[in-house]
Amino acid sequence: MTAPSDVGFYAGQHARWHWGEIAFWCLALACAFIFPSRFLIMTEIVRLALFALSLDLILGYAGIVSLGHAAFFGVGAYCAGLLALYGIITEPVAALLAAGLFAMVVGFLTSFLVIRGVDLTRLMVTLGIALLLEALAERYSNITGGTDGLQGIEIAPVLGLFTFDIFGKVGFFYSLAILFVLFLLARRIVHSPFGLSLRAIKNNPLRAAAVGVPVNRRLIAVYTLAAFYAGIAGALFTQTTALASLDAFAFERSADLMLVLVIGGTGYLYGGLIGAVIFKILQEFFSNITPEYWQFWIGLVFVAIVLVGRARLHRWVLFVPNLIFRQFGGGKAIVTITESDAS
Amino acid sequence: MTSLFTILFDGVAYGMLLFVLACGLAVTLGLMNFVNLAHGAFAMAGGYVCAVLVNQSGWPFFVALPLAFVASALIGAAFERALYRHLYTRSHLDQVLFSIGLVFMSVAAVDYMMGSSRIFIKLPSALEGQIDFFGVGIGRYRLMIIVICGLLTLGLQLILARTRFGSRLRAAVDDPRAAVGLGINVPQVFAFTFAFGCGLAGLGGALSAEILGLDPYFPLKFMIYFLIVVTVGGSSSITGPFLASLLLGIGDVAGKYYVPKMGPFVIYTIMIVILIWRPNGLFGRTAAR
Repeated sequence: MTAPSDVGFYAGQHARWHWGEIAFWCLALACAFIFPSRFLIMTEIVRLALFALSLDLILGYAGIVSLGHAAFFGVGAYCAGLLALYGIITEPVAALLAAGLFAMVVGFLTSFLVIRGVDLTRLMVTLGIALLLEALAERYSNITGGTDGLQGIEIAPVLGLFTFDIFGKVGFFYSLAILFVLFLLARRIVHSPFGLSLRAIKNNPLRAAAVGVPVNRRLIAVYTLAAFYAGIAGALFTQTTALASLDAFAFERSADLMLVLVIGGTGYLYGGLIGAVIFKILQEFFSNITPEYWQFWIGLVFVAIVLVGRARLHRWVLFVPNLIFRQFGGGKAIVTITESDAS
Repeated sequence: MTSLFTILFDGVAYGMLLFVLACGLAVTLGLMNFVNLAHGAFAMAGGYVCAVLVNQSGWPFFVALPLAFVASALIGAAFERALYRHLYTRSHLDQVLFSIGLVFMSVAAVDYMMGSSRIFIKLPSALEGQIDFFGVGIGRYRLMIIVICGLLTLGLQLILARTRFGSRLRAAVDDPRAAVGLGINVPQVFAFTFAFGCGLAGLGGALSAEILGLDPYFPLKFMIYFLIVVTVGGSSSITGPFLASLLLGIGDVAGKYYVPKMGPFVIYTIMIVILIWRPNGLFGRTAAR
């Protein structure tokens, strides 16, 4: 067997759907029927999961540490809000796409700034872009509504059929469907040769360039794609809450997002989804204990995760699932994280 | 013309304050390559120590200032020994997560202990009001800041350039491995410098209560400013961050005065442009390596 087909064979093996994944999505759908009274929080989780998926694309696969991913979330949120408010595109799915594409354009334009320089410069530039956009949104408060946010957004029925109800049932199924579609797309992308070349870049940019991977072009492409995802997450936020405010751009949003992804683990796509569930449960739990100071405990989780070590933590968390898979699946463990992302 | 001088003066005072606040971070980032987003938390600690001593215990302001330095330095040393030193070799992502966690914790903890509103430190009457200097109104408090920070900068420069410790530190910044090989105790040098930098930040925090405002969100609000000083200034010398702070201070004050509506827009734009133009900072060693 020649080397290229060998790589292709293993990549194909790796890309096959595992039955655990199917179970995961069935479970997600089943949640709608198990907890019929908690649609609002479940919608929040789905939204956060999509946002975290977007960060996973650049952090987990391309190794770009971004402190300002909320920038694209905010762009998407305001875009969807303005489209609905002025009745330019009223149909939610089309508006979602438009908002995502707009965020994508912003992502493409800023990607040239981000790919320059090393980690620290990237941190600063991503953070700076988010702050810049926040300052812009504040400056043009006649368009964005300033600190009050956009008021009086009315979202038309999805595809003209399903009206958003007060319990958030339609919102949940709508968000879950969008998440699923985008997840399929992301899954296809990361298992494609393009996705494999991203991993090569993450492991060693110099070596990747030496074997002929166009490093900068690949990074621009994935950053633009991640911006599209984040824009869609932001637009979903606006559509399911009928609200768009300045805090969409806030630093805390970007920071929390990193925590979400890190809880779940980077680089296997499900990390963001699992992390979103755990993060929301933690947040609910902490704000029940101390409504005002829950941030302290979230901070403690950050510190604890780093001190324990991310890789070790994930070995513990995945110990039981992997044991079950090994026993009954008869095959490889579903998630084996190889997190040696020394940067 | 008068307003131009006032802006320049205020900007210089602001910039020098930023330098004292951020120069510890320059060492953390430059020497150990550690992305410490929690630097502002140490500054806030110093500010609150000073506020409690002056407002509640009635200590004189000028006695409380050195104590703010000592308190922050001790806290910094404790954190460095207990937590930070385990993370020097970890990835930047880990360091970012860790220090963001510390920021969140410090914000909530200070909020819990001191309340969320902005606090003011009672100043001695000698520091209030303005002096008329050739027709230009000069705030006494700002003048004091320039004097204190100017002296500190000179002192730091002398320590770095003339003392044995300074040369060890410079050696460790330039090449930690070679420095270890020459018998320099790099972890010790760094622990000491880290504590000293935190102390300076604490002093800056105490001084800045009047100008920047001190509330539990201080570390988050000014995090970007500290990072700008270090990334724009580079970390190879003390002059880089110093000039960057002055630039930032004057730019920010002038921006707020001339284009108040654009607010922080000016600063962020300048920062991004500079970082694109020279990713290693204005005064960094771009070509040397």
